[in-house]
Amino acid sequence: MKYQSQSVAKLYFIAAIALFAAQILFGLIMGLQYVVGDFLFPEIPFNVARMVHTNTLIVWMLMAFMGAAYYLVPEEAETELFAPWLATLMFWIFLVAAGLTVAGYLLVPYATLAELTMNELWPTMGREFLEQPTITKLGIVIVALAFLFNIGMTILKGRKTVVNLVMLLGLVGLAVFFLFAFYNPTNVVMDKFFWWWTVHLWVEGVWELILGAILAFVLIKTTGVDREVIEKWLYIIIAMTLITGIIGTGHHFFWIGTPEYWQWWGSIFSAMEPIPFFMMTVFAFNMVNKRRREHPNKVAILWALGTAVMAFLGAGVWGFLHTLSPVNYYTHGTQITAAHGHMAFYGAYVMINLTIISYAMPLLRGRNAANPPKSQILEMWAFWLMTVSMVFITLFLTGAGILQAYLQRMGENPQSFMAVQDQIALFYWLREIAGVVFLIGLVLYIASFFVGQKDPEAVAAD
Amino acid sequence: MAEAFTKSMARNIFYGGSAFFFLLFLALTFDTMGQLPNRDNRAALEGELGPVIAQGKALWENNDCIGCHTLLGEGAYFAPELGNVYKRFGNSTDAIKGFILSRPKDGIPGRRSMPQFNFNDEELTALAEFLKYVSEINTAGWPPNIQG
Ligand code: HEM
Ligand code: HEM
Ligand SMILES: [Fe+2]
Repeated sequence: MKYQSQSVAKLYFIAAIALFAAQILFGLIMGLQYVVGDFLFPEIPFNVARMVHTNTLIVWMLMAFMGAAYYLVPEEAETELFAPWLATLMFWIFLVAAGLTVAGYLLVPYATLAELTMNELWPTMGREFLEQPTITKLGIVIVALAFLFNIGMTILKGRKTVVNLVMLLGLVGLAVFFLFAFYNPTNVVMDKFFWWWTVHLWVEGVWELILGAILAFVLIKTTGVDREVIEKWLYIIIAMTLITGIIGTGHHFFWIGTPEYWQWWGSIFSAMEPIPFFMMTVFAFNMVNKRRREHPNKVAILWALGTAVMAFLGAGVWGFLHTLSPVNYYTHGTQITAAHGHMAFYGAYVMINLTIISYAMPLLRGRNAANPPKSQILEMWAFWLMTVSMVFITLFLTGAGILQAYLQRMGENPQSFMAVQDQIALFYWLREIAGVVFLIGLVLYIASFFVGQKDPEAVAAD
Repeated sequence: MAEAFTKSMARNIFYGGSAFFFLLFLALTFDTMGQLPNRDNRAALEGELGPVIAQGKALWENNDCIGCHTLLGEGAYFAPELGNVYKRFGNSTDAIKGFILSRPKDGIPGRRSMPQFNFNDEELTALAEFLKYVSEINTAGWPPNIQG
């Protein structure tokens, strides 16, 4: 850590990991409800568990992105953060708002929460991923504005690097596209159309800029490869992201009441979306192979390479699988979608956040470069357990999805949704077992912050 | 990458490409907005039942129905597609009302159950009319069959 004010990142990272744990717990609850339908019914209905699962996911992604920005922006800009106190204040506001919102989901019926928060004044609730009360959404906007101001001013007063610029562009885009969450017309087609401007243009647009910037930063730091080379790659990757991904939004406009030409635009452009993810994989492996130094933080490099591979698999391969409209006609809204959603979110955004946390946390805790070997080895176990179990979750859901599409949507005697669900229960059981392994991986991950910390830290073997 | 290909070229491709395709996306959006009136069943929203449908959508949202069901294939995958439920239930709003009304308070032992929301008749009508409105949107022939 080169600048004192970077230390504010630590708060964000710790909260992110705590929310991650909550996310997985509720994932497991839902996974069980899939096969034991009355589990926790009616105390925690499935939709409530799902809100907690997906909203804690989104909030911890945002927390970790902000932590990453507070860590890397001052270091790249070679100056202290503009207003560290503002970053701390916003952290607490964000955490309390998130905590109250989740408590609201769990303690009162959702309709009561809507009433209590006066949703009727400006109804934005009750849409997937955007379930937060309107007042929480406003809170997110305020936190985001203060955050962008802080980061923007830091960049302005310091050295301007490509990493910082791309990071800032991504974060500004994140805030701008969130504003579509406030648009909720009665017209269902318009509602859905612009809902995707938040959801798709986040994960297949501006978030990829953030992903690229963080990956570039960690690779610059750990490989010692010339910044010029890495920055050129970064520009090309994010260029391909937006060139394919913006029109690629059309892969969500096949069947929601929008004109048929979206089947062409959406299929063709989204079919090219895997390209930037593939380039990211090539980029990361190339840089590590060309490294000019041996960085002692081996596990951070493992996470970086893991991100590059798993993002390509989850977003690129599993995205391509169902993105052509003739295929999507049968897979739309099935377990195939869930399979892809899981591996893509994990491979791209969970893993990049764990990469920066893995790189930065030892430094934030006052080490020279890396954790002691014992802690790193445990973290590597966590890496493999979580990653391999996510591969299995994806495979089991894909199996379930293929059968679901076949039994319910193809063939001579299409069966009802519930009848089909009964027949594919085995896959859901297997998914739940893989989920338990994921949880074990997460427990080891958290333990790695405490194990062997008194040992001398790892040094490079060069 | 080859030396002839410089960082500033990469940067220009990024800015130029993004701007171009964003503008193209806006143009397509503009065209879509022009075509929607013929597809999105807004006649229902502008008709006599408009306020009832709007109330139905508010109830749909305030009870987070999308947290279990899909609507036109988007949402959660725990419970059946509802974009075409009006048709699946024999083009009957009464059948939809009856189903929602009759959910047991404590669920069905061992099975996935829908909660009992205690809606009154006006609310049930609003929800059913909302689902009828959605079922009459032109979705390019999706879903493949009545099972959703
Ligand atoms: C890291 C990047 C990505 C993430 C995090 C991600 C995540 C998701 C999620 C969560 C959904 C479900 C949305 C819902 O609930 O309705 C989804 C849907 C979808 N994604 Fe991705 N995705 C990514 C990249 C991609 C890419 C690159 C492609 C194409 C090559 C793709 C193709 C699709 C398609 C076609 C759907 C719609 C599925 C359906 O019709 O039900 N995704 N994605
Ligand atoms: C222990 C592991 C996990 C289990 C058992 C689990 C289970 C589930 C279940 C049952 C759903 C709801 C599917 C439905 O709507 O019917 C879901 C949704 C979702 N989960 Fe997980 N989850 C786990 C881990 C994760 C992780 C690690 C991530 C992120 C990286 C994640 C991201 C998501 C997303 C984005 C959705 C929404 C998907 C969509 O709309 O297509 N989950 N999860
Ligand atoms: Fe998408």
